Amino acid sequence: MSQSVSIKNVVKLYGDFRAVDNVSLDIRKGEFFTLLGPSGCGKTTLLRMIAGFNTIEDGEISFDGKRINEIPANKRDIGMVFQNYAVFPHMTVGENVGYGLKARGIRKADRSPKVKQALEQVQILDLMDRMPNALSGGQQQRVALARAFVIEPSILLMDEPLSNLDAKLRVQMRDMIRKLQTALGITTIYVTHDQEEALAISDRIAVMKNGHVMQVGRPDEIYRKPENLFVANFIGNSNQFEGTIDEITAGNTGTLKLNAGITVGVPLRESYKGAVTVAIRPEYLKFDESGIPAVIRHSTFLGDFVLYELELADGQMIFVNEYGNMGALREVGTHVHLSFVPEYVSVYKETGEVISC
Amino acid sequence: MLRKLRHRYLNFWTIVTLCLIVFFVVALILPVAQLFLNSFKDAEGAFSLESYKTFFTKKYYYQALQHSLWIGVVSTLVSTGIGVFLAYIVTRYNVWGKNVLKVLFLVGLMSPPFIGAYSWIILLGRGGFITNLLKPIGIKMPPIYGKTGIILVFSLHLSCYVFRYVSAAFKGIDSSLEEASENLGASKFMRLFTVTLPVVIPTITSVMIIVFMRSLADFGTPLLIGEGYKTMPVMVYNAYLGDMGGNKAMAGTISAISVFLSIGLLLVQKAYIARKNYRMSNLRPPKVIELHGWKRFLVTLPVVIWVFIALLPQLTVIVTSFLKMNGPMFSDQFSFSNYQIAFKSCGKAILHTFTYSTIAIVFVILIGTFTSYVSVRRRKQGGTLVDTMAMLPMVIPGAVFGICYIMAFNKPPIVICGTAIVMVLALVVRRLPNTIRSSVGVLESLDPSLDEASISLGVPALKTFFVITARLMVPGIAAGAVLSWISSINEISSSLLLYAPKTVTMPVAIYTFVSQNDYGQAAAMGTIMTVAIVIALTVVSRMTRKSGGII
Ligand SMILES: Nc1ncnc2c1ncn2[C@@H]1O[C@H](COP(=O)(O)OP(=O)(O)OP(=O)(O)O)[C@@H](O)[C@H]1O
Ligand SMILES: [Mg+2]
Repeated sequence: MSQSVSIKNVVKLYGDFRAVDNVSLDIRKGEFFTLLGPSGCGKTTLLRMIAGFNTIEDGEISFDGKRINEIPANKRDIGMVFQNYAVFPHMTVGENVGYGLKARGIRKADRSPKVKQALEQVQILDLMDRMPNALSGGQQQRVALARAFVIEPSILLMDEPLSNLDAKLRVQMRDMIRKLQTALGITTIYVTHDQEEALAISDRIAVMKNGHVMQVGRPDEIYRKPENLFVANFIGNSNQFEGTIDEITAGNTGTLKLNAGITVGVPLRESYKGAVTVAIRPEYLKFDESGIPAVIRHSTFLGDFVLYELELADGQMIFVNEYGNMGALREVGTHVHLSFVPEYVSVYKETGEVISC
Repeated sequence: MLRKLRHRYLNFWTIVTLCLIVFFVVALILPVAQLFLNSFKDAEGAFSLESYKTFFTKKYYYQALQHSLWIGVVSTLVSTGIGVFLAYIVTRYNVWGKNVLKVLFLVGLMSPPFIGAYSWIILLGRGGFITNLLKPIGIKMPPIYGKTGIILVFSLHLSCYVFRYVSAAFKGIDSSLEEASENLGASKFMRLFTVTLPVVIPTITSVMIIVFMRSLADFGTPLLIGEGYKTMPVMVYNAYLGDMGGNKAMAGTISAISVFLSIGLLLVQKAYIARKNYRMSNLRPPKVIELHGWKRFLVTLPVVIWVFIALLPQLTVIVTSFLKMNGPMFSDQFSFSNYQIAFKSCGKAILHTFTYSTIAIVFVILIGTFTSYVSVRRRKQGGTLVDTMAMLPMVIPGAVFGICYIMAFNKPPIVICGTAIVMVLALVVRRLPNTIRSSVGVLESLDPSLDEASISLGVPALKTFFVITARLMVPGIAAGAVLSWISSINEISSSLLLYAPKTVTMPVAIYTFVSQNDYGQAAAMGTIMTVAIVIALTVVSRMTRKSGGII
């Protein structure tokens, strides 16, 4: 049975270094939950704490409300898929997949149909009697996947399972993983540093940095409403503008004056006056009659959109993605104006936290 | 709280680490430490540097150091020169019978040098075959006893060693390196000296250090053929069992000096040589140059000649073992009588040799596997400590080791001197370093997530170790273990000190026979050993054929 995972204020210390620092997360039953963050932010460390391969220095992890800190890794009923496959080289594909069932004392006659079904689900039933050294990377990863879910674990953990595969296979495998997970309903915690993968595959994402969780939310929430500058920059691209909020008007709307030259009202969640940073995604900026003055310096045709690189009056470079313009590309050197919908921008205090709604 | 502590600290591997630490402390550190401490004591047991002073002022003593160094330097230079030259020829040219020659080199390497020593006495000693053959023609061979003999035996034996490691290095050069140099316009000669040799120099220097250490530590050879020419291990032996009841402090001093010498050499190697090791991905092994006709004959000839000389001792032993003895002299009649006598008088020795070695190897594999696991996967939790301790025997000459054991284990709390246990224990501890080094290599190439995958699938850590980790290490360890088994059969230096009448082994018996001029039985025993070595080597080469082979 699938289980929920609750992580409360956990800490991992390597000497004095806090690789995971006071992290709390609640992962629901059957959810596809992703840990996303730059290299070295502690994703693997946290995942291995859940798996039982790292000690937990402080805090508590529980499955379905039951504390598991002291339960050894082999008794946690977890399926794990590793980045480098970790397929046992001295066993056939079938033996690999049957390994966990055997450990659970399931008789051979009962194992074999389960193994076959699992291999069928990852579409490599015909490779059952092969040795792993005669498999491609993608095939090995399928074996690892089948081996992890065939034991019907209560939780499935995956640490960058696709990072050793080529781009096309990655997309294929990621869709397969998602479909399998939905079909089996296993609570899954997935680690990646590839934001596109995370957005595509997850129910919810936790963005991590330096051992801290920066934001937890659905992929669209994370993309549209980054809670802090770090997330805004890490997920997708953002243009950053400096400005100030001078006054707050009715309905908690702040008068935002951008140094780049325009003043707009933005809805705020808290009354704040002072210097701010504004993040605007390239596709939220529009070419317009009036607005921020800029000069086009470079254009790249990318099929469904055109990426323009523009220079502001103070020399700052920004990016604009223009979709759906079937006409000719805009000329390099043209003077233009840029506008945006105030509700689509995110405004951050100097400390980096969001204040816009 | 207690539960938490238990959870964190008292798992299987902590217990294993503790056991290993206790084992190495009892079986290695304490005995060695005791010897060292003794070297700083005078007759009354007070601290004193007297015996060091004596060592460095009395010619009788410091001469042994001079002898050892001289023999070490000369044999190292000769064996390296010849070994490197032959390795280059064999890896680069289509030498005839290459594979057979390589096996023969390995036989030469695995055969104990003391067999060489006594064969050369049979051949070139007073009344030796060749000496007698040449005497009527008026050619007088230089005396084989003393340093000439020792250097001859060492050079032949150690050149096989150099050959093996350096030819592996020559094979490991990626051919693109040499092609690049050729492409840049370098001549063949320039290429050899600017690319090929520099790349293998780190290997060559490392091998030279090891070869030098081996020649310092070897005990059987100078004992048999050295006569008056005493080297350090012989001196240790004499000082301990000496005519005047032995001088423990002096034995400790000489031992300590030998050990310091070896440690110094190893440190030099670590500091200046190991650092320069070039690792190559080695995608394409270098080309073998095809020669034809007399050119091919010309490159094959030196290899064949050298292999013949290196294995002449083994040949001599085998042939003479079938000759009927006429007192201390060989007759020219074929006979099995040597074997009959040998089996009758020394059946036990044969049995002991094989049982001790086999039991020792079982323990070597067991302890070696655990030690290498701990030293790779639990480095910070005591692994490095265990590994460092386990490597110590590399710098302790066998004779020194034997004395350490006699002194440590002939009085309570542990009294095992004169038993089979002490013989086996010495073998185990002395053979561990090589096994550990090779299994550490295997383990480092194994992905730790294999263990973790197994554990997360529900198999406890201990069982995982046996069904996954150890299982995957076996092929790598097994080949090394057979080689260790062979060298256990050959072990003479520690055995000669530790044996008791009821624990005699073949090498000890051979030594005894030779010192009683009973060459016939010695030859029969030597042949049995050689046959066992060849059989074991065949097994290894079968075992490792798929993985590229040890040969
Ligand atoms: N055994 C260890 N000892 C000391 N520090 C460690 C150890 N393992 C990890 N760290 C440190 O902890 C931090 C988090 O490491 P972790 O492996 O969790 O990163 P990650 O987010 O998985 O990165 P990546 O995307 O590169 O895999 C890093 O700074 C790393 O250097
Ligand atoms: Mg990681």
